Amino acid sequence: MKTIKKSLATAFITVISMGNIVAQDANALVQKVKARLEKVNDYEAAGKMKTNVTFLKVPIATVKMYFKKPNKLKIKSDKGVSFVPKGAVNINLNNMVSGGKYTVLDAGMDKVNGTAVRVVKLLPDDDNAEVVLSTLYIDETNAVIKKAKTTTRENGSYELEMTYGKYMEYGLPDKIIFSFNTKDYKLPKGVTFDFDDGEAKKIEDKAKNKKGKAEITISSYSINKGIADSVFQ
Amino acid sequence: MLTLLQIELYKISRRPRTYIAFVAIAAIVFIFQFAFKVDGQSYMEFILQDVNDTFEMDKMQAINGYFMCYIILNTLLIQVPILVALIAADSISGEANMGTLRLLISKPVSRTQLILVKFLASTIFVLFLLIWMAVTALLLSMIIFGVDDMLIVRTKGEEAQILLITKDDVLWRYMAAFAYATVALTVIAALSMFLSIFAENSIGPIIATVCIVLVCTIISNINVPIIEKNVKPFLFTSYLVGWKGFFYIGTTDDGQTIKGTIENWAAIRKSLFILLAHIVILVSASVIAFKRKDILS
Repeated sequence: MKTIKKSLATAFITVISMGNIVAQDANALVQKVKARLEKVNDYEAAGKMKTNVTFLKVPIATVKMYFKKPNKLKIKSDKGVSFVPKGAVNINLNNMVSGGKYTVLDAGMDKVNGTAVRVVKLLPDDDNAEVVLSTLYIDETNAVIKKAKTTTRENGSYELEMTYGKYMEYGLPDKIIFSFNTKDYKLPKGVTFDFDDGEAKKIEDKAKNKKGKAEITISSYSINKGIADSVFQ
Repeated sequence: MLTLLQIELYKISRRPRTYIAFVAIAAIVFIFQFAFKVDGQSYMEFILQDVNDTFEMDKMQAINGYFMCYIILNTLLIQVPILVALIAADSISGEANMGTLRLLISKPVSRTQLILVKFLASTIFVLFLLIWMAVTALLLSMIIFGVDDMLIVRTKGEEAQILLITKDDVLWRYMAAFAYATVALTVIAALSMFLSIFAENSIGPIIATVCIVLVCTIISNINVPIIEKNVKPFLFTSYLVGWKGFFYIGTTDDGQTIKGTIENWAAIRKSLFILLAHIVILVSASVIAFKRKDILS
């Protein structure tokens, strides 16, 4: 009886310890990612933004993306009228791993585009924080975030998917797919007298209209060259 | 024929009512331009109220010359048929009223020639009216508000859409739209002239034209399936706003606009054909009616 009790206690302690080790692993991994991202004090990136929202028909925009520590991010169109998703500030990965205190939870392994990733959940310690939960899909080999899901208190949820290339050393992606929630666009009554071209009127699936996507393909980064604060105003 | 046309144009130019149309257009355009210059932001906030939560955009940048012209034309091209009727409805009945019609047909000119010349003169008036609109609504707006990418808001079927056309892809659309509008308003001119054959003064045909345009426009905008299917396709008013089709830019499957494209060229071509058919029918009917008319005044 004594032997059984001893074995059970040993097993329990082992399980607890294993859990701690895994949690520590996840913590260490997040720290590794954070260290990589913290090499960047500021950057200016040039790229193209493709917006895919049901009601919005716009051309591919040439954009410039500016970042400055700790959490300033601005996307500007090079020329012309542009629609920039408001939640695009979440593209800033620094925000997720550096901002505030959080508890790291290991959620096992998964795959993103065929690459094995560790799933890590970040729970903010502050009950009133705007971000309720962040789930990071981290490529352990390269210590970069491949995918991130953020649930916010007020502004719905966002999803980011990153592809890395020559700027991986700084944890900066070459391509970002940013998914966000949108409202249906309704035109106030009496604004237009539209030309009815006789096309069959399709009844769209309303649920389908709720997600928008912005795909930013970055051609070059200019890192740590200094950026004036006025850019972000 | 050319001399006859010159005489007709001279007569139109001598009538004070001809200039009412030009003054009315200028007044409406200036009021729009002033209002948007002072408080265009509020209008943009209003039409983009559902987008404000999700997207950031410079609304003042969107209020540019191209956008302004579209907004003005959107309003004006509904009223302009009345201005066209003022002149075209006077073409035959005005002569009858002044007692010059009998004198006119006593000249060595066939009645067919006379009707064709009157119609041509009305068409030239329409053309001048649209050139005036292009100068005031487009050119002047471009000077006042500058030039940038053009924003179009529209309702397509059940859903509302925002289209963005790059600034280097806009001007040819306006040229095409004005050309289309010329054809559309020429239908009104042909209708007015046809009605004017049966009247002794121009008030009757002007009111009749306005009533026909009004009633048909209302029917064209009734969204009841039985009317949409059986009545709307046969009303010329359903095609008057077809000029907008040039601004409905083609898109890829995932919603990116394609420069230099039109979403539904076939629909515009069909509309143009129907409007041209209306012109041919109305002018032919005018020739037949005028030939058979017993002219006593």
